[in-house]
Formats: sequence, C-alpha cells, structure tokens
Amino acid sequence: MAQTIHIEPVTRIEGHAKITVHLDDAGQVDDVKFHVVEFRGFEKFCVGRTFPEMPGITMRICGICPVSHMLASAKACDVIQGTKVPATAQKLRRLINHAQYTQSHALSFFHLSAPDLMLGMESDPATRNVVGLILANPDLGRKAIRLRQFGQDIIRMVTGKSVHPAWATPGGVREPLVQSQVDEIKARLPEAFETVEIAVNWLLDNYSKFEREVATYGDFPSLYIGLVTPEGGLEHYDGLLRVMDADGRLLEKGLANERWREIIDEAVEPWSYLKFPYYKPLGYGNGNGSVPGLYRVGPLARLNICDFAGTPRADRELRNFRRLGKEGKPVTSSFHHHYARLIEILFSLERIEELVNDPTIMDTHLRSYGGVNELYGVGIMEAPRGTLFHEYQVDETGILTGVNLLVATGNNNLAMNKTITQIAKAYMSGNKITEGLCNRVEHGIRLYDPCLSCSTHAVGQMPMQIQVFDARGALVEEKLRG
Amino acid sequence: MTTQNSKVRLATVWFGGCAGCHMSFLDIDERLIDAVGLVDIVYSPVADIKKFPDNVDVTLVEGAVCNSDNLREARELREKSKLVISFGDCAVTGNVPSMRNRLDVKNMISELYAAGPGAAPPGDVDVMPVLLDKVLPLHQVIPVDLYLPGCPPDPERIWTALTTLLKGEPLDLPPEMRSFG
Repeated sequence: MAQTIHIEPVTRIEGHAKITVHLDDAGQVDDVKFHVVEFRGFEKFCVGRTFPEMPGITMRICGICPVSHMLASAKACDVIQGTKVPATAQKLRRLINHAQYTQSHALSFFHLSAPDLMLGMESDPATRNVVGLILANPDLGRKAIRLRQFGQDIIRMVTGKSVHPAWATPGGVREPLVQSQVDEIKARLPEAFETVEIAVNWLLDNYSKFEREVATYGDFPSLYIGLVTPEGGLEHYDGLLRVMDADGRLLEKGLANERWREIIDEAVEPWSYLKFPYYKPLGYGNGNGSVPGLYRVGPLARLNICDFAGTPRADRELRNFRRLGKEGKPVTSSFHHHYARLIEILFSLERIEELVNDPTIMDTHLRSYGGVNELYGVGIMEAPRGTLFHEYQVDETGILTGVNLLVATGNNNLAMNKTITQIAKAYMSGNKITEGLCNRVEHGIRLYDPCLSCSTHAVGQMPMQIQVFDARGALVEEKLRG
Repeated sequence: MTTQNSKVRLATVWFGGCAGCHMSFLDIDERLIDAVGLVDIVYSPVADIKKFPDNVDVTLVEGAVCNSDNLREARELREKSKLVISFGDCAVTGNVPSMRNRLDVKNMISELYAAGPGAAPPGDVDVMPVLLDKVLPLHQVIPVDLYLPGCPPDPERIWTALTTLLKGEPLDLPPEMRSFG
C-alpha cells in the first residue's frame, strides 16, 4: 500500500513549509513534495498605491534580504521616473548589497547549516542548532556572529537601520556615507576575511566526509540562470540575464532585463502557494516527472554562469570550485551551494574593500528627481538566494496598475522538489522515517537557503513538516520531532 | 536547547510576516552568547524541535495571524506559555500582511494563480492551511501579556525587554522604545 510521510514544520529555513513523502505500492519513495503554506498577496494589495512607496512596502516581504527587495524595487522605480541615478548613489546601493550578502550568506552557512555540517546530519536534534554550535565551538560561534554583524552594521551605518531602512528611493538614495564610517568598515575588514577563510578551509578539509551527500543532495543536470556583467563577470546588483544549459553551453549570453518574460514562465500546482517558474523555450512538460525547463538560480548557478569573478581572492577560489564539475561541465550538486556561498562572501568583502577605498563614495549628490516618465519598469537583482524580479505598471499619475514579483526562492522551487526526492530515495529504506532522515531531507531545502518569507510574498511562508501518504492518498504517518 | 531547570524557557514563533523581527533578535549579536547562559530556547524556527513544548516561560510571537495553522498554533502556545509577547508590528497591529484585508481572498487567489499551467492552490486542505478572510493581530485571537512594537523592534529594545523580564521585573519601556515602524 502506498503511503505519504509528512515533515512539519521544516526548521532552520527562513519561512514556513511542510514536506510530504509519497510512497508507492511497494513502499518505496515515489515522490517528495515541498509545500509552501503561507500566502500574503503583495502583488494584489500594492495595486492602487503610488510607485515611490514600493521600496518601503516590498522590503517588508522579507526581513532577511530586505535590501534586495528595496533595491530591485528602487531600480524598477528608477525606470519609471526615467532620471539618471547619481554614480555615488549606485555605489552606495552596491555597498549595502554586498554587506547584505555577507550577513545573509553567513546566516545560511553558520547559523542554519553548520550545525548539520559540523555536529552531524543525524546528531541530537536538541542541540543541533546554532546554540549547540556556540557551546561546541565558542570561538567559531563568536566569529560567526561577528561576521554576520559586520554585514548588518554596514547596512545600519549607511541607512540608519539593519532591517527595513527607509533609504533607497526612485532616482537614488537618501543618506551619504561619512569618513568615520569608512574608517570603521576598513578597520573591521581583516577580521571578516579571516573568518571566511577559516570556514573555507574547514569545508575543503572536510569535503571527503560528505561524498555521499555530494552525490545525492540535488546532484542532477539542469539549466542555470542569473545576471552577469556585460563582460561576463560575477554580478549581484545590475547586469544582463544569462542562461546556461547542463553541458555549459550558453542559451542566452546576455539578455536585456526587460525581455525576461521571453525566457521565464510560471506554472502552478494545487499543493503549494509557491509558483513553479521554468525556462519557457524548453517548457513545463506534462507536469509529471522531469520538467524540461527546470533551472537553478543562486550561488551555484551564479558561479557556473560567470566567466570570472573579477576580484583576486574570489577568482582563486572559483578556479578551485570549477574542479567540482565533471569533465569541465557546470558544477551539478546542490551540496556545493555551501562552498559557493563562502566564495560569494569573499567576493562581497573584496568589493566592499574597493568601494570604501574609492574617494567618491562620500560624495553627497545622491538623488535625481522627476515624475512619471515611463509607464512600465522592471528591476532585476541577484538576491543572495538568486535572481529577483520586480515588474510594475503605473498610470500617468504614478498609481500602480500592475505588480509582478518573481522571487529568488521561487525560481528554485522545481529544483528544491527534485533535490528532496533524490535525498529521500537515497536514504530511506522501507516506510520507517527516522529523525535523521527527516533532517537530511530538510538539509536539501536548506541548501537553497530558501527565503520563504520572500516566497510567500504572493505566495506562502515555510517551518517544515513531513507526512507519509499511501497510494490512495490516506495519511499514514506524521512526523513531528521534539 | 539544553535542559537546566534554573534557566528561563524561551520560545520564539513566526506567523505571517517577514522574519525581520527574528533577524533583529539575532542583531543583539555577541550578547546572544550571554543569552545562551540565561535562557533555554525550547522552540524556535532556528532550532529543530518540531512540537511546541509544555511549561514555556516566555513566548515571542512574530507575525500576524493569517491562516488556520497560525490560529491553531496561537491557541496551543497560549495554553503552554506563562507570558506571551506580541513581537513586532505585524503581531501588534496586523501591519503589512493585513493590507490584503480590503480584498476578497478567493478572488485574489484565483486571479494570481489563473495564468500558469496547472491547478490553483490550496488543492488539498489536509496539507495546505486555509487562509483567514481577514489577517488579525495576535491579541484578537488569544490574550497577550506584553507588546513589543517596531518594524522590526530595534535590537536594543529587544535586549532591554529580555533582560528586564529575566530579572523578574515588570516591563515598562521608555517612550522612545514604544514606537511603530
């Protein structure tokens, strides 16, 4: 008799979710589904408001990457206003975006995933968390906290608040950077570099322990999508859309942002509020089994699609990262997200160093003014979790008539479902679910560092829950740990 | 997360919101290490305990009550907690999530999910919670003992509240720590 196993709530992820494991008549894993259960409706309730309000409202989609939403929104608003954003304002936006990558990737690696990596995937759930990590290794715990703090403090210095600052605006930003802040950032950079280096060394030294995880935690061919600079370099704030196939061929080398609808469409499924985006030219298939247009975004995708990083330390690690791909092809295992994330922190710190050493960073001409000059604006960013799209339509007075948001985590929805199915098939024997198995399946979700707050903008929020259903859909077992 | 009886048993929960209040909590930074010595975090999105435990001293609730899961969990945590705190503007007022309250839920979902291939959620109510017609602040669902406003509450505000409560003193925040936004 076929069955379904439930994991609920999914923990150490940034939002609310459940997982169901569906077994076939022989009791083997047939399919695993990741359910995003929250719905908030931003795309609908923002219609009727004025466009300059959007950076402030949409950053409330997510408290972990508010900077991404604020800046993607501001970029869409820049287009509607049609005025030139002053150079220093662009630099300051980039500065806090790199600071956000530092704090967000540090949170993902140290606070949420390191308990699995360093304490054990199947270790005691009562201590398998950041507190357990602090108790087991107080020195590393403190360093991890201070690295995340460095990112948050830069955001607070520049904008006045670490979470939800009223700062970016159509045409620029509100507050400048001053000398004492530049000095403080410079003084704290060496410690930040050192902490990332410790983490990189630990991961590289311990890779051999994770061979089975590398092979089963989302190791499959897929497409990769993200932004690159016009020269093909790693880019997080403003670039061209690139699409790479599983063999490393470029399907799109550098597509203009406003043409994004030509390559991405979204499917819906009744069992999740999170939509299922796919690469339009290859299609969604019949909705069962593999989706031809399945793609991944985020740290792994970005390091696959770029030709180079563009900063010395990150480029050195990137050469090392590329060796993880088979026969010169893209790196396919989602387990490598951890390493990719650490490389992106290095890249961000190097970019922060460049920016604070640029004498024009303290200029005070930060904003251009204007009315409604375009009726349509799109803003595309690389959020820490992947490509983020804000698309607005306004009337002649600037009232929003259409809002469309495609968030980073949403892009990875198909890939997350495929990853947890692969893990459950590899580690489950019979229809008995152990706590350790649940945690492995959840780690599959953590690899994508899903921001379920983001995902539930229109669409849900996720902690995790696992349930087992039989072939007729009856609930057989529910796993609530604790 | 450890089990010493002398420590205060703290739970943190998030409902419909953005996780920003939890991020602001993490922004107490190295004082987190001090906090680990004073409280047991017995339930939280950043830990792996899946069922809300009994005998919790203090529960911080971020987010507004948006769906049937939130409603069920709110009632359960009230029963099992001595002190329940509305943590941040969404829990205190409904804030941004309640901006959908002027719209009809069914219409909103059918419009948002109409375009793509596939059937619209929520298809299976056993797995998917039912959305409430109106998003509610926490105190409209269960009695709340304390309010900590802010979008998010500033880390200093969180630390002040936490240390005051840990000392067993009544919480009387100064006016500058009572603001919204």
